[in-house]
Amino acid sequence: MNRFEYLTRHSRHVLVTVAAVFFFTSLVLIIAGAPPLAAYYHIFKGSLGSWIKFSHVIKSWIPLTLCACGLLFTFRIGLWNIGIEGQVMIGAVFSTAILRLGLESQMPSIIILGSIIAGLVGGALWALIAGFLKTKGGVNEIFAGLGLNFVAQGVILWLVFGPWKRPGVASMSGTEVFPPALWLSQVASIRLSLPALAIVCIALILTALLLRYTKIGLHLKAIGNNPSAAYLFGLKPARNMVLAMIFAGGFAGVAGSLQVSGVYHRLLPAISSNYGYLALLVAMLSNYNIWLVPWVALFFACLNVGSIQLPMALQLDSSLSGVIQGALVLATLGIHGWRRRRAEVRGQKTEDGGHMIGGREQKTEDR
Amino acid sequence: MTKKIFCGFVISCLVFAFILATAGLVSAEEKPNVFGLLLVGPYNDHGWSQAHYEGGKYVEKMMPGSKMIYIDKVNPADRQGVTIPQLVDDMVEKGATLIIANSDDMKDGTREAAAMHPDVHFIHISGDDVLTGKAPKNLSNLMGRMEYGKMMAGFAAALTTQNGKIGYLGPLINEETRRLAACAYLGAKYAWENVLKKDPKQLKFQVTWIGFWFNIPGVTADPTQVAQNFFNTGYDVVISGIDTTEAVVVAKQKKQEGKAVWAIPYDYIGACEGADDVCLGVPYFNWGPGYVDFVKAAFSGKWQSKWVWLGPDWKDINNPDTSTIGFTAGPALSATAQKHLASFINDLGSKKINLFKGPLNYQDGSPFVKAGQTASDKKVWYMGQLLEGMEGASSAK
Repeated sequence: MNRFEYLTRHSRHVLVTVAAVFFFTSLVLIIAGAPPLAAYYHIFKGSLGSWIKFSHVIKSWIPLTLCACGLLFTFRIGLWNIGIEGQVMIGAVFSTAILRLGLESQMPSIIILGSIIAGLVGGALWALIAGFLKTKGGVNEIFAGLGLNFVAQGVILWLVFGPWKRPGVASMSGTEVFPPALWLSQVASIRLSLPALAIVCIALILTALLLRYTKIGLHLKAIGNNPSAAYLFGLKPARNMVLAMIFAGGFAGVAGSLQVSGVYHRLLPAISSNYGYLALLVAMLSNYNIWLVPWVALFFACLNVGSIQLPMALQLDSSLSGVIQGALVLATLGIHGWRRRRAEVRGQKTEDGGHMIGGREQKTEDR
Repeated sequence: MTKKIFCGFVISCLVFAFILATAGLVSAEEKPNVFGLLLVGPYNDHGWSQAHYEGGKYVEKMMPGSKMIYIDKVNPADRQGVTIPQLVDDMVEKGATLIIANSDDMKDGTREAAAMHPDVHFIHISGDDVLTGKAPKNLSNLMGRMEYGKMMAGFAAALTTQNGKIGYLGPLINEETRRLAACAYLGAKYAWENVLKKDPKQLKFQVTWIGFWFNIPGVTADPTQVAQNFFNTGYDVVISGIDTTEAVVVAKQKKQEGKAVWAIPYDYIGACEGADDVCLGVPYFNWGPGYVDFVKAAFSGKWQSKWVWLGPDWKDINNPDTSTIGFTAGPALSATAQKHLASFINDLGSKKINLFKGPLNYQDGSPFVKAGQTASDKKVWYMGQLLEGMEGASSAK
């Protein structure tokens, strides 16, 4: 299958998913007595209606894309890195630690750079734990990841209420705000942080290159497709799994770091803002294709930012936006399941599509 | 198939374009004076946020031509990834020239947004940025002197408890929550000593903090469980310091199980609704009058950055047009206690009673106010610990 065909086929899947999403959310809106068209209009206008709104979308797009990039590595080797949420959190914790050390520093940009690197290391280390649990302990990465997410949340709560609390205060509002010198620079008039944007672009390109043109990418894919065969060929599944986890954790950690220095300017319990979990959907919905990731992430980011208009403009009860997001997840998963079944059937009939390994369709675009 | 989808896509684009065009026409009408309200909890929480929402409605009523836009549940647990500056940007685009941020939790975000929008006015409720000098010129602080409301609550609790065990369901720990808990204790102690003529050592006043202004599952302690725990361990009156109504709800359940228990909610005038048999009354905020002053100043160009701490109107603490703080006695408060409470309120208003008069000690025994002195506003505002005689944490461990 050539590249163009592949892209059109998968954009078709994306369109079908989007249509399903619209169908479900319209249903929810109609049941709630809200005009669906007006709701979509407000979501659209609330996310792309002005430059400032768009840059808020970008703010949400940045961590989402970073996490999704990381997840491509783990999905490629057949791992479900649910622990990505916790990896974002620990990245944020490491980053905060460096920023706290540099409070009096004369060279804030060095400190910020250091904090981003620390975030990368933190996320990678946290992922390493899940990786070792999987390869050395035989613990399923989904359970290990979920457990580690709770631990990471606990670590943040402990830090915010304990060693890093504001003087005399015990509140989950978070740590003391960093001085503006330690905020990631942004173009004030359009609220856009160019360094953060650059980091995401680098991440995208790096992911694409690593997965496609390097030995690492090839190994990950070979093991993901057939671990036993890969082992016979002399590849080391365990080592590569840990490596994939390190990449995923590193990207997630950077996302956490940017949340601290670029968005909240402090550490707070909700620092990861569910971007990790959302990124799992982004990666799946884009069919693990790096060039679809930014667009799908953009769609989710628009929805994230735009749905705030529902309570504001239409006086819809705010819990409704939660219901809509739930419908979105269901629609995404439903379509995903349907696609998988179709691929299975097609695979059995013609053998021209993807192989099914571990219940997951493997990519065919860069064979 | 592809063609069909493409056509569908084009059609939906056209529909969007049409909607955009018509919407543009509608919004070209005359513009009212818009102010924005950021609520930390649900607008109908029967507590803190609803009191603010009603305050905004009051402004709309008193100032024709003004219009409120609001967004509720503005907290990082309910709205993941949404920041205060982002919401402010949006409200400003919608024409708001004054933004009211109603939570302590929004302190940093409000300051950041105020710096980004020097032409827009900001009120941060319960904050102290003006006092600490961190506030830009377009930011003011507003708070009500709930200290008196809490004294009344403590007073009513002490007159009702049958075993002298009062529980205080606290939110997070900061200066505001410490001083409010302390004032409830001062009111209780006063009633205990001077009305009931009992030994203050027999009064047990336990403060338990949950970690935030309301329940966030998995993050805060569960206020329902904390309230249940109070009642199960012999505390028969629970005073609520949190934004939501768990204390009365649990008290009502326990009452139905046959226990003699009471509760005092907080924040909103209607918080006793539906819990007549357990509610001793509610100290509440009436934000309307304070809001109107600021909104008028902002819209008429006479804005000044100031820190305002509005007291009750002692002539009638329940006057909706003049009193920022009120206390409505609940049906469960006995007639005798109501009589005592009325004269207590009178004496507070006439300054015959001043509960901030020394000697008062902090929890660790160090002096808060020395004998013969009275605590200044600033000293009360920045109370550093709970007071001697109270049980519970003064700060995070």
